[in-house]
Amino acid sequence: MQDFVEAFLNIEIAREAAPILWQGLWQTLLLSVIVVPLGILGGIILALLSTVHSAWVRWPLRVWTDLFRALPPLVLLVFIYAGLPFAGLEMGAFGAVALGFFLNTGAYYGEILRAGIESIPRGQVEAARSTGLTRWQALSLIVLPQAVRNVLPDLVSNTLEVVKLTSIASVVALPELLFQARQAQSVTYNATPIVAAAVAYFILLWPVVRLLSRLENRQLAGR
Amino acid sequence: MSNWDRFLDSFFNLRVMADQLPKIVDGFFLTVVLALCIVATGLIAGLLLAVVRALGIRPLNWLIIFVVDLFRALPPLVIIVLLYFGLPAMGMELSGFGAAWLALSLVLMAFAEEVYWAGITAVPKGQWEAARSTGIGFLPTLGAVVLPQALRMTIPPLTSRTIAITKGTALASVVAVPEILGAAQAGVSFSFNPSPLTLGALAYLILFLPVVILGRWIETRFAWKR
Amino acid sequence: MADIVDARAIHKHFGPLHVLKGVDLTVAERELVFVIGPSGSGKSTLLRCLNRLEEPTSGSILVDGIDMLDKRTDINRARQRIGMVFQSFNLYPHMTALGNVALALRKVLKQGRAEAEQRAQAALARVHLADRADHYPGQLSGGQQQRVAIARAIALEPRVMLFDEPTSALDPELVGGVLQAMRELREDGMTMVVVSHEMGFARAAADRVVFMADGMKLEEGPPGQIFGDPQHERTRAFIRQIERH
Repeated sequence: MQDFVEAFLNIEIAREAAPILWQGLWQTLLLSVIVVPLGILGGIILALLSTVHSAWVRWPLRVWTDLFRALPPLVLLVFIYAGLPFAGLEMGAFGAVALGFFLNTGAYYGEILRAGIESIPRGQVEAARSTGLTRWQALSLIVLPQAVRNVLPDLVSNTLEVVKLTSIASVVALPELLFQARQAQSVTYNATPIVAAAVAYFILLWPVVRLLSRLENRQLAGR
Repeated sequence: MSNWDRFLDSFFNLRVMADQLPKIVDGFFLTVVLALCIVATGLIAGLLLAVVRALGIRPLNWLIIFVVDLFRALPPLVIIVLLYFGLPAMGMELSGFGAAWLALSLVLMAFAEEVYWAGITAVPKGQWEAARSTGIGFLPTLGAVVLPQALRMTIPPLTSRTIAITKGTALASVVAVPEILGAAQAGVSFSFNPSPLTLGALAYLILFLPVVILGRWIETRFAWKR
Repeated sequence: MADIVDARAIHKHFGPLHVLKGVDLTVAERELVFVIGPSGSGKSTLLRCLNRLEEPTSGSILVDGIDMLDKRTDINRARQRIGMVFQSFNLYPHMTALGNVALALRKVLKQGRAEAEQRAQAALARVHLADRADHYPGQLSGGQQQRVAIARAIALEPRVMLFDEPTSALDPELVGGVLQAMRELREDGMTMVVVSHEMGFARAAADRVVFMADGMKLEEGPPGQIFGDPQHERTRAFIRQIERH
């Protein structure tokens, strides 16, 4: 027990590591605030494209989506960060993370929004068009708001996954929470900073998990 | 050398690729083994938790909900790193493979428990009552009447979750497991050429594209009915 | 003649709701007791208390001499003697008709597959569905499903059968087959408690009719008396309303 506290819950070391863990936490939040909207943007673009009834759009879109859903995000990130500079494309850790997340999480948000759009009866578009709205107005004003409501739990769930996924930025030395925790751990030879980081993630994300659990239950009860 | 040639030389360098191919192939099989281990332990552990939760023992259920929440809230990489770098301090050495297996199994367990539980509660109460009224006990009712119906409903959401989490096997490269990404990165630093990464990406596509497409098919085939 | 069902002073609370206010119900062997009353009168709850699908708040229930409310009673063994048929059939959708009937034989009576299926087949024959044994519930009409549910219950050779509005979920043209199965069961000497709005069936087949309202038993007697000369004002009003339909 003594050893356990010494190794995992060492107050002394926690105090020492606190400042850089704070910095890491802020980086994680900043990163999330940037990559989540970026992914949603990518998702909206893909979802809107999926409403185009043309094989020339449909098939490339499907290949694109499946490609980025099949590739593990870390592989994509390493490829962009460590591979592209060989082709003269140097974009730094932050740029690589932003691009990787745009491609990967965009594909997921896209699939969710597409399912949402497909859940809206055709009559909604027809009603909107019959009142003189354009195709895009009908989509953005009538279909999309309802679609988002229908797939809200999935959107929240995916957003939770995206925020958790920011931890892989540590691999390309972006100084977010996990990276800072590992730095502190390697300096102090003590696991307390990583435990502290885990606690920080948990405190940050537990409310989202609870909310999600309630949303999902409500969705199930509504069936 | 033109830009195009430089691009080819960087990303599709056949000599480097041929060099590194055996290691990537080894990595491929390691990824498959790791993924299968995670799927087996994660799905079974999740089912056990859901069955225990169905018993309805209050304090035990709070514990299960907390554990599930915990592993839904923590990033998988954080769990892997914690197990790999943390446990040795307690005198428990865990290999990178072991750490990745355990961590991702816990994550899959948490998600699977949620899905199974949702499926169990979605089975109409009348099914329980019909079975219990013929004298069938709680556990046989759960096993023979409720779970078969619940599991059918859980196939689509479980499929997509399982795929997402098994892709996390790439995270094992962080704790020095020579799976596909690990092998590819080693190849890059060895040959100072990113072609092994191309090869690695291709290996992942060969592995996961069929899974993603199969998953899409399963999701429509077994969609929630009722 | 010993009573198969002997329930006394049954009270049931659902939170603040007091749905059963001290109801007595006795059913003799081979007797068919019909329970009628407006919705919300507690008649289904009473039925569900008899096999303890609902836990009565207080009271005593003996079924075939077994104390149903004693914690030491093996409830699963006791329930083998009490068949129940539900309004919504509650067939297991993932099993064939035969599988539905055989399940309890295998899980409760621990019969082997062959023996259980043979007995299940015989039970299906009793409700004239021997040729539907391999069908899944989704492939059967509502009336056929309800008859499979009856077969599922009688396969265990219960001492008493409880029917909870067995025809309420059926289209009118499918009611006849289910009532016919119940009639035949009665002719074979089965003890039955039926909650239902099928007044014609009650008149023709019941030995005794119990009228319930507001969680209380207001009146009981032979069908001729209850339908022809009801004593209680609530009973009169209820029967007038039913007759008009």
